Formats: sequence, structure tokens, C-alpha cells
Amino acid sequence: MAYDYEKSIRPGKLPHIWCPGCGHGIAMKGLIRAMDTCGLDKNNTAIVSGIGCASRLPGYMDYCTLHTAHGRAAAFATGVKMAKPEMNVIVMGGDGDGTAIGGNHFIHACRRNIDMTYVIFNNFIYGMTGGQFSPCTPTGDKASTTPYGNPDPIFDISKLAIGAGATFVARTTAFHATQIDKLIAEGIKHKGMSVIEVLDDCPTTYGRRNKFRSVVDMMKRLKEIAVPVAAASKMTAEQLEGKVLTGVLYKEDKPEYCEQYAKVIAKAQGRAV
Amino acid sequence: MAKKVALLQGNEVCAHAAVYAGAQFFGGYPITPSTEVAEVLSVELPKVGGKFIQMEDEIAAMASVIGASLTGAKSITATSGPGVSLKQELIGYACIAEIPCVIVNVMRGGPSTGMPTGPGQSDVQQARWGTHGDHAAIALAPSSCQEIFSETVRAFNLAEKYRMPVQVLYDEIVGHMRERIEFPEPGELEVIDRAKPTVAPEQYKPYDTSFGDVPPLAAFGSEYRFHVTGLNKAQDGFPTTKAELVDDEQRRQIRKVENETARADIEKNEEYLTEDAEIIVFAYGSIARSARYAVNELRKEGIKAGLFRPITLWPFPEKRVAALAKQAKAIVVAEMNLGQMVHEVERVSKGACTIAGVFRVDGEPINPGQIMDKVKEVR
Amino acid sequence: MSSSNEAVQKKGSTPRIEVIERYCKGCSICVEFCPTRVLEMETFVVQVVKPEACIKCMQCELRCPDFAIKVHTE
Repeated sequence: MAYDYEKSIRPGKLPHIWCPGCGHGIAMKGLIRAMDTCGLDKNNTAIVSGIGCASRLPGYMDYCTLHTAHGRAAAFATGVKMAKPEMNVIVMGGDGDGTAIGGNHFIHACRRNIDMTYVIFNNFIYGMTGGQFSPCTPTGDKASTTPYGNPDPIFDISKLAIGAGATFVARTTAFHATQIDKLIAEGIKHKGMSVIEVLDDCPTTYGRRNKFRSVVDMMKRLKEIAVPVAAASKMTAEQLEGKVLTGVLYKEDKPEYCEQYAKVIAKAQGRAV
Repeated sequence: MAKKVALLQGNEVCAHAAVYAGAQFFGGYPITPSTEVAEVLSVELPKVGGKFIQMEDEIAAMASVIGASLTGAKSITATSGPGVSLKQELIGYACIAEIPCVIVNVMRGGPSTGMPTGPGQSDVQQARWGTHGDHAAIALAPSSCQEIFSETVRAFNLAEKYRMPVQVLYDEIVGHMRERIEFPEPGELEVIDRAKPTVAPEQYKPYDTSFGDVPPLAAFGSEYRFHVTGLNKAQDGFPTTKAELVDDEQRRQIRKVENETARADIEKNEEYLTEDAEIIVFAYGSIARSARYAVNELRKEGIKAGLFRPITLWPFPEKRVAALAKQAKAIVVAEMNLGQMVHEVERVSKGACTIAGVFRVDGEPINPGQIMDKVKEVR
Repeated sequence: MSSSNEAVQKKGSTPRIEVIERYCKGCSICVEFCPTRVLEMETFVVQVVKPEACIKCMQCELRCPDFAIKVHTE
């Protein structure tokens, strides 16, 4: 059967604004399938984003949707979740939005282990503004502001999330389409801060500057660099050079922030904790 | 029954007033001289089932407040000038997306780190024009602890009623001054909640002007699903670049505060001996207390002085100040900055009388003597 | 859909491949990933040229970034 994506999308909102071949559409479909898998109630689920190409996603989705300011999605979402912990909160956006201008909010949301699912569409570039390098643009690559090659080292978003205290961290790519929804669904079900990084492609502002002949070339590249965590354990450091690990990278059970705050309320009200 | 009475500092009063107004959420970041607002709310909010969160920075604090308000919770943050500078990005967001919230600014000197423990009134224009773009602003300036209570409650009411951010501006002097305050009984002060939608969920539009210039705001997590964005949007809440739609929305968002009825509702002034006054002293916040003292002293000397004290700074009381400018020989504006509200007084006076200023930015309050000297100089 | 290009096959087991032309941006992902060359690009819109070859692997539907292809297998 054809998958019914329409029931999650606001009538009349497609086609979306993303360029031909943009991986965000593939990741969005994964997100929809994951939300369906988890049976999230539309009225009781907020999708919160920042600014950028990826952050346009909530506008299409028939949920409570909040398109915030650049980088601030996690902080807005924290307010939503704290004020109404019974709501499911999905945060999403791009690599620049989440880890540069929003980096502080991102790591602190991870540290609190607040029960949200943050899906980062990492296409290695600031797409909407025309292809400036982001904290995730590989060193040496071309961007509109790195005409001689990017001198900057990158952020490894998943490692950053683990280091900051997120209790479920996973990574996949737009090539691994069916893994996207599996990992996001697992993240949604996880109690605490979950981060799912989806490596995808920006053919328009990244691909054409970095000698990718086509969208399919970019997809193939994603396939090549991905190494499942289980396989990686049997590989040498040399073999892992230039690769990224995919799958569930980290998972642990730790007290969740809203539940911790419920104890604060109980104490303040003189009730037993 | 005797009212509950306490000796409290302004910041503490502000926190208690927020709870009285029905606040359910505080998101903040520590900054002198406002921290006691956060400290007291960290104690009081959980007692009433509310939430207190100390965020990672000022911007995040403002973001959390907007997010919480969208779920229907009355929300507040407290900060000082440097914090408001950081919050401006999202104060603009709350303006365009029309999300009710209260921002308390306990003013210190500036620019930048300035004099963190000293008082100032240098943020009054920031409260009006701090965020980019065209937008309306409401800012209230209490001058005593008791008034911090009533004005904080009123700030929530106006935020809810006009669906926008409202700032409470008071200087460090009032924030840290201890005074006797009487707690109003529940129900004694009016407490307003935002209008909720009455239409069926599928008909709901978050900016539906068929309900007037302040459309009802649904809550996230209710049966209403809608989209919120900081982009220019149409009445359905979705982004638009259509010229006429953008223009309509931008103008409505200013009109909702600046129309005659709204102004009459929002503006609030205190006048003292202005009826026959030849010289008006225009002062607000703690400096209005010096000004009142000066007016009394001047009257003893036979000088017909009066005090005009705006409690609502924004929207500016244009009509009343214009009328006073026609009546008086001069208006002396006393403020702890190098001349900010004086520009408004000059603008609306249109040259009808002499305008003079008593300004101070050295971290010391303006004393009555300075005001008296200036009045005598321009008389 | 008003602008859909549907190829219906007689064989019961052959799926109906629906292309929503208004959504298709011509990225070619579906064409490249189709293992049996059912699809072709024509002036930036995908066309179903060999529906009988479809093996219902659903790769085109899964990978289309634009919600433009549906494979109806029933």
C-alpha cells in the first residue's frame, strides 16, 4: 500500500519549498512515519523549529506547530514542555540553526534531559541564506564563504549531544530512509532528551560547490560514509577514517527533567516525594 | 479581617504580584538587580503548581516564556537592561506572533555592563524601540512597592487582553527599596485572562480579525491546532509575502494598542497639583518621589509647581502632556538618563512651552534640590 | 489529484503508480533508484514508462523527497 502521508500534512500546503533533490523531504517522510508509529495525538503534540530550510517543516504538519527564531527552537520547546509536560514535543531544524546560533540551547536541553525528541537535519551547510559554511561543513569543503576551502573543524553533532547529556542519541542518513523512522520512533518512545541526527544533502548550495555531479551522487556518498555501530567495532581506525557511525549511538535511563520538577512541586506543597 | 501586611522589597513584591495575577511560569536568567524576582518565584510558583526554570541564557529565558504562554500559561521573566538587550530578538517575536507575556526590567546603568548595582532609567526608549521592526509597546513604570504589586498585576492583564508582551520597568531603587505593602485580597484587583476561541477547531484562525483587533488565542494542547511563526503571516497564521496582507497585519498590531479606546484603557498617570501649575515636573519611577517632594517645597516658596507622573510610559500619554504644555510655562523632565522621555515630551508639546531636563547617570538618584533648582531656572 | 499521471495495468499484481506532477520537482532520485527502470524523466517531471516491470519495491515512493509518487499495490 502507498503510505498515507497526507493525513499528517495540512491540506493545500504541498508542494514544499525545498529544492529538487533536497534530502529534507526524505527526512520529513521519515519523521511522519515515526510519529505515526508512535501514535502521537495531533492535538497533544507540538513540533517546534528554528529558522532555515529544515525549520520550515512544521508549517506543513497538521499538529501544534511553532516556527520560532533562529536557533531558539530548543528553548521555546523547553517552555512548552515544562508548562505542559503531558504534550509530546518534537524539536527539529538544521545543523547551523541547532549547533551554531542555537548551540547553547541545544546542549542545555541535552543536559536537562527534558523529554523531547530533537531531530537535526544535517546537510552540512546554511542552505536558505545561500550556502555559507556551518559548524558541520567538512573541513576543506567549499561554501559561499569558504571560497578557498573551509579552514574550520566540524562539530560532531551526535558526540556533542552525548557529551552534553542527552540520553538517547542516534544517527542515520537520508540514504537510509527506512532507518530514519525507526530511530526517530525509538527516540520519541525514549523518556528524556533524544537526539536523532539525519545526514542529508543540499544539492543546490553544497553539492554543486563540492563536485557532486547529481543528487544521486550525494546519496551514494551518504551510503559510503555510513558505518553501522556494530560493524564499526570490527573496523580499524584506518578503515573508519572519513566514516560516520550510524544507528543508536547512545542510550541510558536517567531522571527526566519534568518528572524531577514534579518532585520540586511536591516538596513545595509539603507532599511526600 | 485585617489585610496581610509585610515589609518587602520591590522585587519580592513583584514576584508575589505575579502569583496573584495567576502566573504559572517563570523562565529567567540571573542578573543584578532583578534576581530577587526569580528567587521568590522559585519558592512561590511550585506552591501553586506553577513552573520555575532557570534557563541557560537571557534569550532562552524569553523563548521559554513564549513557549509556555502558548500552552495557555501566564508567563513572566525578570531581568535588567543587558538582559533586555538580549531578549529584544524574542520580544519582537512575541509582538509579531502576539503571545502574551510579562517582562520585568529592573533598570540599572548602561550601556553594556554599566553599573550593575546602581539605579538607572536608561531603558525607557529601549522598552519602546528596542526590538527591530515596527510594533506597538506597552510599558508600565511603578514608583513604590505597593504600586509594583498593582502594576505587575496590570501588566499581566494588559498582556492577556491585548495579546502581546508588556514590560514592567522600575529602577534599582524601587526594586531594592523595602516598604510596607498590603496584600490585596483575592478578587480585590481585577485579573484578566486571555480570550479563548469560540469557533469550531477547524474554523479557528489565530489572527482572525472578525473578532476585532485582538483575535482570541488558543492554547497548544487543546483541541485547536494552529501554526505560529515569526514571519509576516496572514490571518490563518501561515507565512505570506502578499503586500496587502502584510500591511493589514502590521497596522493592526499597532492599532490594537494605539486606538483611542485602547489608549484610554492602557494609559495611566498620576497628577499632583497640576490644575493651576505653571511649571510641570515630569518624572516617573523612583525619581517621581523626589519630584513630589520638590513640588511640595516649591509650593511652600510660592511657586506654582505640579507633578505629572506617567505610570504607563508606553503608549506615551500624548494628549495629556500636550494639554499640560499649553497650560504651563515650562515642563521640567527629571530622569535617570541623559534625556530619553524628554524627547517624547518635546515631540508632543510642539513648542507650546519651554522644556528642560534634569538628567543624571552617575548611579545616584536625582534629589529634590536639583529639580527645584531647574524649576527656578526656567520659571 | 487533478494533475496526476496514472498508469493502470491490467495484470492484477501490477501496482498503480501515481505521480503527482504538481509536486514533482524532477530530481531524478526515483528514476535512479528504480531497479527495473519503470520511470523516466521527461522535461523535469517523472513519467511512468514501464509499469509492468514494477516489482513493488517501493523505493521510488520511499525516497521521493517531494511526496510526488505513490505506489498503490492493492
